[in-house]
Order: sequence, then C-alpha cells, then structure tokens
Amino acid sequence: MEGFQWLSCYLTTGKHVSFYLSFGTVLLLLAVTAPAAMLFGFGGAMAARGRIAPLRWLGKAYIALVRGVPDIAFFLFFVIALDQGIEWLRHQVKCPDWDQPIRQGSDFVVCSAAKMPLGTSPQWMHETYGFTLAVLTFAIVFGAFAANVLFGAMRAVPHGQIETAEAYGMTHRQTFWRILVPQMWIYALPGLSNLWMVLIKATPLLFLLGVEDIVYWARELGGSKTPKFTAYPHGDWRMWYFLGLLVFYLAFTKVSEVFLDRLTARLSHGQATVGGTAQRKTS
Amino acid sequence: MSCLQTLQDYGLRSLGIGERLLPRSDFTLCEQFVLIGSGLIWNVYFGLLAVTAGFFFATALAIAKSTQNPVYRKPAEWFIFLFRGSPLFIQFFFAYFLFLQLKTVNPFFSPLTSAWLGALLVLFLNTSAYSAEIFYGALRSIPKGDIDAADAYGMTGWSRFRRITWPTMLRLAWPAYTNEAIFMFHATTLVYFSGFPTWQQKGDALYYANYFADKTFNPFVPYPILAFYFILLTLVIIGVYGQVNKRLNRHLPQANRAKLKLRMNLIR
Repeated sequence: MEGFQWLSCYLTTGKHVSFYLSFGTVLLLLAVTAPAAMLFGFGGAMAARGRIAPLRWLGKAYIALVRGVPDIAFFLFFVIALDQGIEWLRHQVKCPDWDQPIRQGSDFVVCSAAKMPLGTSPQWMHETYGFTLAVLTFAIVFGAFAANVLFGAMRAVPHGQIETAEAYGMTHRQTFWRILVPQMWIYALPGLSNLWMVLIKATPLLFLLGVEDIVYWARELGGSKTPKFTAYPHGDWRMWYFLGLLVFYLAFTKVSEVFLDRLTARLSHGQATVGGTAQRKTS
Repeated sequence: MSCLQTLQDYGLRSLGIGERLLPRSDFTLCEQFVLIGSGLIWNVYFGLLAVTAGFFFATALAIAKSTQNPVYRKPAEWFIFLFRGSPLFIQFFFAYFLFLQLKTVNPFFSPLTSAWLGALLVLFLNTSAYSAEIFYGALRSIPKGDIDAADAYGMTGWSRFRRITWPTMLRLAWPAYTNEAIFMFHATTLVYFSGFPTWQQKGDALYYANYFADKTFNPFVPYPILAFYFILLTLVIIGVYGQVNKRLNRHLPQANRAKLKLRMNLIR
C-alpha cells in the first residue's frame, strides 16, 4: 500500500480509534469538571463571605491554600490523598476488627474488602474510578479559583442594590438569591472565562493522573514502530502527533473565545456596566 | 546520620554533587527537606533565566504587536496566540520531540534535548508570549496626555520611548507582570513531567517530592514540604517585585500608586 491509501488505513486502526475517543475523554472531563468546579466555587465563595466566623475562615483558607502552591503538585497530591482517604474510611467501616496499623513502613495496607475499587471488579470500573478521582481533583483545584472569582463578583455588585432590597424588607437570604446572585454573573464573567481557558489548557495534566488521555495515546502511537509488532511500521512520529494536539488546543481556545465574547454581549444586556450602556446607545 | 551530614551529601544532589545514590529506605524528614530543597535550585534556575530573558523579548513583541505595520504586527500576534492558546505541557512535549528530530539531522542540536537548555527555551518563549500580552495591554493604556507632553517637549523616537513610553508601560504592567513571574516559577515544575528526561536523577523539587511520595506511598509529607518551599519562593518574588514596583511609582503621589494585587497561580 502506498501514499494516501496507506495513510487512510493507518489512521483508522483500532488504536487510532481509541486515540480519537480519548478526545472525547477530554471533552467529558471539561463537561463534568466545569459545573463541579462552579459548585465548589460557589460553596467556597458563600463560605468566605458567610456570617459564621469558622465557616468564613474555612472558605478563605481553601481559596488561599490551593492558589498558593503549584497546581501540578496538587494534582499529584490529591489523587493519592483522595484514594487513601476513601480507602481509609471504607476500612474503618467495613473492617472494624482489623488490628494491624494501616501504615506499615512504606506500605499503605487496608483490608481487601475496603479496596477501592474491589480487586475483583472489571477493568472499566478501575478506569472509571481513576477518572472520577481526576474529576474530583480538578474540581477541588479549580473550585478554589472559581471561588475567588465569585467572591470578588459578589462584592462588585453595587451596594445600593443590596440596600434597596433591604429597604423593601427582604431577608438576608432573599437578598442573596434574588438580588445578588442574578446580578453578579456579569462581574464574574471575565474571571470565569479566563478560568475556562485555563481549564482547557490544564486538561493534558490528566496524563499525570494515570488516565489514558490524548497525551498518553500520542506518545504511544507516535513512537517508532517496527514491522515485527505492527502492520504499519514508521519512524518516530511523536512530533507530528503532538503538533496535532497543539492545533487541537489552539482551535478549541479560539472557538471558546468567540463563544465567550458572544456570551458577554448577551449578559451585558440591561446591566449598569460600560458594556451594557454601550449596547443601549447603539440600539 | 545527622542532618548536617545529610545536607552535605544531598544539598547539591540535583546538580550531581555529593552522594550518588538517593536514599532508598527509612526516609528521614531531614532527607526529604534537603533533597526537595536541592531540587528547588533547578526551579530557580529555569524561572530566573526564563523571566529575565523573556522580559526583553516580551518588550520587543509588545512593541511589534502595537505597531501599525502588519509586517511586524502579524508575526507578533501569531506568536502570542500560539503560545498563549495552547497548554505549556503540550508545548514541552512537542518541543522535546522536535528537538529529538533535529538531533538526528545535526548533532549541533543535541544539547536542546536535555532539560537545562531545551526546557529553558520553551519556558522563555512561553513567558515572553504571556508577558508580551501584558505589556501590550499596558502600552495601549498609557495616558494620551503623557505622549502629548513628550511631543510638546520635542521628544521623538527612541528618546520618547526610553524616557516616557517604556517606564509608563512598565509601571502600568508591573502588578500583572508580578503574577506572571509567579506563574512562571510555578510552571517550572512541569519540566520533568513532560518528556524531558532526568539524567542520573538530577531533577527539580517536584521530581524529588514525587520520588518520595512514590517510595513511601505517603503524599502527606513530601508535598507539604514542596508547598512550603514554593510559598517561600513566592514570597521572595513578591518582595523583589514589590521593591521594583515601589521604584517605578516613586514619582507619584501616595494615593495614585499602583498596589500589587496578587492573583496567584493559574496553570497554563
């Protein structure tokens, strides 16, 4: 086989299909992580501006701590820490009469019933569990950034709005949900869109968490192949595979940029900001 | 073994000086502190050189992007988009494999495949792109009155740039540029996880932290140590950049001075 035909056969091997599917993994990660991180962020921001002091400290400590340390360290840390934490909890519940210590020298030993996932479970369970841990880690780290953005946005809503709401006799809770939250999004949007861009660019770190993502497959498929192991031998093509990933991310960023610009225009509608005023003047 | 002995053995281990074998069992807290600290030398090396060299290139790029002439503007725009629009992690991988290919063409390129030069080059280009965008934003927000005043004094070209435009640009960009420097130092931890090989286990701080976490299966000691070092490093950067910020703002009345507002640590 030659030229184009060879290439088209080569690009549709089973492994390449797995490679294409792993782009789906990345998109799935983004689709799950973004709302989860928003939830963490909203919780963090609410805690940080709460009226109960310990809760407020907790919220602020969460924001400050996660943002002060290189995130890659958090990614490496949380995956093991979460894994061990979950296994430890299950161990406490399922094997209460276990008398040996959990940390034996360099080993972390829990009873086999507490293993997560169970040693007998099929492969896809292991993969799903790994992916879930990754999502949770991403959500915790990006939740802190989102919390910071939302915290700032809540403070940016003009104070007069809150005072008016209180003058109308709204309770604290009503003011928060009916006045503050609907108005804060336009202030949060620049920060959140920035965060989205950063989140897109953080997805290759999935590779470090042991998920078979696009980086894994690009390295796997691009490496030089001899005729002994495959019907499609080639030299070291990893450079081209990573060029492909580079282009993928550039395109993704560009599309997001266009979309977020439109969203900003939409949300500015009727807001007392520079953008909103400009819209009113033109229409 | 006393801690002083450990310091002698492993203090410069990341540069290949001292004990050859890394500790293999019975890790003491001191060993972890010393080795991770030793790895920090590489983070400082990468960060310092990339940020310093990137500063000049970024200035050039920002000026190129703000000129009318498309011959200069277009390449600068594309360069900035290329490096800001894609993950640093992928850039590292791509660059490493590119350098490997170049090496087969000509042995002249072989130093590029080792981290000390290859990764430094990528970090330099990356920080240049990010800083250039910051500087470009600052260039566009220079008060028109400043330029008018310079014109009224008869300053043009280079002297106007050196005495008015450039200092004002730096002053406006400095708080954001401080954040960029902090990101850069944090981003240096990616180097040894992205294709660039560690030779004789000479790695950076995260490399050693990861080594300990793998060996002891206990992430709760090495990573907090790493966090401690990086928070310290961040504080040093804030201190140095704060001094520069003070100097850049020294002619302004107290109330108008730009405060350093820190938005730390977003990944690329």
